[in-house]
Amino acid sequence: MMPLTHIYKFAAPAAFYPLAGRLIPWFWGLAALFGAIGLWLGLAVAPTDFQQGEGYRIIFVHVGASWMSMFIYLVMAFWAAIGLAFNTRLSGMMAAALAPTGALFAFISLWTGALWGKPMWGTWWVWDARLTSELILLFLYVGFIALTHAIDDPRRADRAGAVLALVGVVNIPIIYFSVKWWNTLHQGASVSLTRSPSMAAIMLWSMMLCALAMWMYTIAVSLIRVRGIILERERHTNWVKALLLELNP
Amino acid sequence: MYWNSLSDFLAMGGYGLYVWGSFGMTALVMLLEPWLALRRQRAIRLLLARQLLAAMQEEEKQKKSMGAEPEETA
Repeated sequence: MMPLTHIYKFAAPAAFYPLAGRLIPWFWGLAALFGAIGLWLGLAVAPTDFQQGEGYRIIFVHVGASWMSMFIYLVMAFWAAIGLAFNTRLSGMMAAALAPTGALFAFISLWTGALWGKPMWGTWWVWDARLTSELILLFLYVGFIALTHAIDDPRRADRAGAVLALVGVVNIPIIYFSVKWWNTLHQGASVSLTRSPSMAAIMLWSMMLCALAMWMYTIAVSLIRVRGIILERERHTNWVKALLLELNP
Repeated sequence: MYWNSLSDFLAMGGYGLYVWGSFGMTALVMLLEPWLALRRQRAIRLLLARQLLAAMQEEEKQKKSMGAEPEETA
């Protein structure tokens, strides 16, 4: 095992930039692998649902995207808190790199939810607790992106964004528990930590693998984005200058 | 394999529009986003490299013209 102190070394952008570059292909590989198996099981092997027919197969993208939209927000808020508490440079860059992917997953969650709601509930949209709080999550992401882009000084932009991200984190448990706290059209959780899942093993495996693929995808794409942000913000440092001259002689 | 034919698979038991609308949009977003992110990262690198080279050339010029009228810098 690597001593724990080595991890801190990578908190410096100069060390993190090449590390991220080396990790990206591995996360693409894992995303493709999990995605291929998950989609094969979900679309070709899994049997039909006795209540919803073939329409239930939307679950394989809907659940993963919804989980990622909430999980990415928590990670973003975590980096925001670290940045506020310790004033570390990389934290704000991480939060900024994650926000667009989180927004896109919130959008996919709402889009696939609408396409699932229409045949099953008879409507694309209802103002119920689960759907409304997920829409608020999308607005929080968009607000974070707009706010941080509106402030020129990156350190001030990070701090303002961090406050917004931390205030908005209260919305995450509201989304998660909304199906318990209120009467909603949305069905309850298919998977929970406290009881065994209420779905067939093959469907569960497919759903988990698709969600895992989205997780790996998120890491890969946000590492690409954070590398760009690092270059932009550290452009006056010697290591970035050396890197730029090495790549574009 | 669960399906009997390709048309069976595409029809999704009458839910084709909803199922493929969901998978299609997800695929579109998950292909477009990395492509845009990668393009932007490369554009940033190229732009910064150009700016750096321009700044270095400017510095060279300044050194050569030392002693003469000091140039105005933007």
